[in-house]
Amino acid sequence: MKKFGIMAAAAAMIATVGSGTLAQAEEGKNGGTLVIGTTQKARHLNPAVQSGIATAVPGTQIFATPLRFDENWQPQPYLAESWSVSDDGKSITLNLRKNAKFHDGKPVTSEDVAFSLQTVKDNHPFKSMFAPVTGVDTPDANTAVINFDKPHPAAFLAMSSALLPIIPKHVYGDGQDAKTHPANSAPVGSGPFKFSEFKPGEYIILEKNPDYFIEGRPYLDKIIIKNYKDPTSLALATDKGEVTMYPFLGTSKDIARLKKSDNVIVTDRGYEAVGPVNWLEFNTKNEYLKNKKVRQAIAYAIDRNFVVNALLGGTSKAATGPIVPGSPFYAANAEKYDLDLDKANALLDEAGFPRGADDMRFKLKVDYIPNGSELQKGVAEYLKPQLKKAGIAVDLRASPDFPTWAKRVSGHDFDMSMDIVFNWGDPVIGVHRTYLCDNIKKGVIWSNTQSYCNEEVDALLLQAGSELDQAKRIALYNQAQEIIVDEAPIAYLNILPYHTAYSKKVGNPPMTIWGAMAPMDEVFLK
Amino acid sequence: MNMVMMVARRLLHAFLLILAVLVLNFFLIHAAPGDPADVIAGEMGGATEEMMADIRKTYGLDKPIYVQLGVYLGRALQGDLGQSFFYNAPVLDLVLGRAGATILLVTTALLFAIFVGTSLGVLASHKPKGIVSGLVTLVSVIGYSAPIFWTGLMLVILFAWVYPIFPISNMFDITKDTGFFGYILDVMHHLVLPSLTLGIVYLAQYARLTRASMLEILSSDYIRTARAKGVAETKVYGHHALRNAVLPVVTIAGLQFGSIISGAVLVETVFSWPGLGTLAFDSILARDYPTVLGILFFSSVLVILANLVTDFVYRLVDPRIRTGG
Repeated sequence: MKKFGIMAAAAAMIATVGSGTLAQAEEGKNGGTLVIGTTQKARHLNPAVQSGIATAVPGTQIFATPLRFDENWQPQPYLAESWSVSDDGKSITLNLRKNAKFHDGKPVTSEDVAFSLQTVKDNHPFKSMFAPVTGVDTPDANTAVINFDKPHPAAFLAMSSALLPIIPKHVYGDGQDAKTHPANSAPVGSGPFKFSEFKPGEYIILEKNPDYFIEGRPYLDKIIIKNYKDPTSLALATDKGEVTMYPFLGTSKDIARLKKSDNVIVTDRGYEAVGPVNWLEFNTKNEYLKNKKVRQAIAYAIDRNFVVNALLGGTSKAATGPIVPGSPFYAANAEKYDLDLDKANALLDEAGFPRGADDMRFKLKVDYIPNGSELQKGVAEYLKPQLKKAGIAVDLRASPDFPTWAKRVSGHDFDMSMDIVFNWGDPVIGVHRTYLCDNIKKGVIWSNTQSYCNEEVDALLLQAGSELDQAKRIALYNQAQEIIVDEAPIAYLNILPYHTAYSKKVGNPPMTIWGAMAPMDEVFLK
Repeated sequence: MNMVMMVARRLLHAFLLILAVLVLNFFLIHAAPGDPADVIAGEMGGATEEMMADIRKTYGLDKPIYVQLGVYLGRALQGDLGQSFFYNAPVLDLVLGRAGATILLVTTALLFAIFVGTSLGVLASHKPKGIVSGLVTLVSVIGYSAPIFWTGLMLVILFAWVYPIFPISNMFDITKDTGFFGYILDVMHHLVLPSLTLGIVYLAQYARLTRASMLEILSSDYIRTARAKGVAETKVYGHHALRNAVLPVVTIAGLQFGSIISGAVLVETVFSWPGLGTLAFDSILARDYPTVLGILFFSSVLVILANLVTDFVYRLVDPRIRTGG
């Protein structure tokens, strides 16, 4: 069998069942309740039919996936104890563990894998994840062969975290719509923790699965996910010890407060796959922004260092392109658009927009996600005085809530808008959607709302999406990123300063590339 | 017959009021930009056009608005408050699951405000130019002016973090496995700061109102007569003066029941108190029409009941209303 590079090479491994995902894993101790605090409300607990952190954190404890990933982007066995890729790259064979059972005692079989994949394909918003899948063969109860119409390396990451939860066919195969199935609020999975109680908007209680397929795990007796309405109250509760883990901690002052605490450790590890980018997107149909030089000028006029260090208190890192620096596919050589006001002004002059009598060239509106506070509103407010230096007058348009903002942006009723978009591991899953010509879909948020279209970029992205050779893939994505960044449909600002604050009592905190959106079967309380 | 007519008239007014509340708010929330499909798409992390059309069809949002209103009212009249778009759970279950927490918070806050407020008002009226009266005035001004949100956060920082006497948030400690009485005590422990925060604004008003009312009454003829007859000062205050002075407080408290529920939204947010206030707030943001309307229905019923209770208490306190004299 050919070697396809790092990711697919690992596919040939028959790895040790029960191996850990953390390089520095400590020896665990049984018992205790982990209390996770969150401001995100879960609608329900089944990640097969939707994305989002709120569902992913509990969902990845309840449901197991074929694979899991470690902190070095390496796939590890999970429900699949081994796997192999065909020579032409168009099928992946998963060899499932024989001892995996759902929480109701029924065995996990290849039929469940086939059913789950079809359910995700039909219902999950990330259509690109399994679009090339033509079918799943199930030659026996412990073998599932996924067939693709072209090689699809994104499949590996798509088979981990919350992206392909293996749901029981005997529960969901009753003909009811998976999106509104009652089991979504009282799910049956095969993961390390089983469902106990769900009070929407208040708390979720999960209990240890005594029949978990990895012997000796999980260590914890219980996980409680508590909802807090206010991030400041949650930060105080974490400091006080009411909450033992606070993942997706993202406000700079709360990060600073908790870093000073004697009771809590704060880390920025565990968000490499999420890849959350804070950016300013341009409507390329706008009379001014349709000109590349105008977009580039705005990018040069923004001082990213100021945003990162002054506005966000140094808690965040700069983002310079569609893919985050932590990803193997990040293009380090693309233009960075470091602050250069002279260049910005020159570009605007060249574009044919001289300064008027009032010293301004033209006016643009900027929208932002409400409740995004310092990341969104704070940066939008900063744009006003900063872009004035390039002769662009900026008006802020506030939306009272998320649906109002989403309606405006998805309806292409905007000039420029602040936004937050996640990479979701493989670029095929979370990056392509922003740039592909055929994803300009009016009315759909987080599609290609910029109306950006470059056929060369399309071809490069699609080619990279089906290239199994990692080195070639990286080169293709590098080329695509260089073009995208040059054409500047978006001015990239920073990676969201997600941190996890956890009590010093927590051992083996979740620090793989998926962080808290991965099974916490290795986590324990000291 | 008179009693029956009165009750029937009251019931008819209540029905019409609730109907008006539902219809008006149905149109109001539909007027807001965006719909549940936009919210669900955002919450899901994205969607396709087909998915959004599917969501709209599932929830009947593709039908004309008058049809949607008709369908909703038809079901509501049969006791079916519908299914939450956001949580995919029956609205009645969601509302009943949260109503108790809000009623507990609001009632505790109001009773605290009435009893402590009127007591402070009585104390202040004893020596109107004294230190106690000045302090009561000062506390009233601060308590009334400070935004509830700020008061709540300050109390949390001071009494739950700097001096960790009380819990930071929630209604009870889910991590503890206590029996029934342990649970009651835990809830009471969690109730202190939120009810204090919510009650302070109203306490301030009732203290000032009682003080003013008492001062007016204490200068009236019948009080002078009672004193001349040698009635003990405590009985003059407690039995003669206070009964009249408290009437405006009772009236205002009854009228304010509606506003205290809306004040509860902010307090519930600061303290993550699992009540109707936060559910309403979240449901409006999520354009979860059935849940918003279900909560409004429920709170309308509560306000109507509160007004009935106010009437009843008024009659208890003021014998003139009882006898109609």
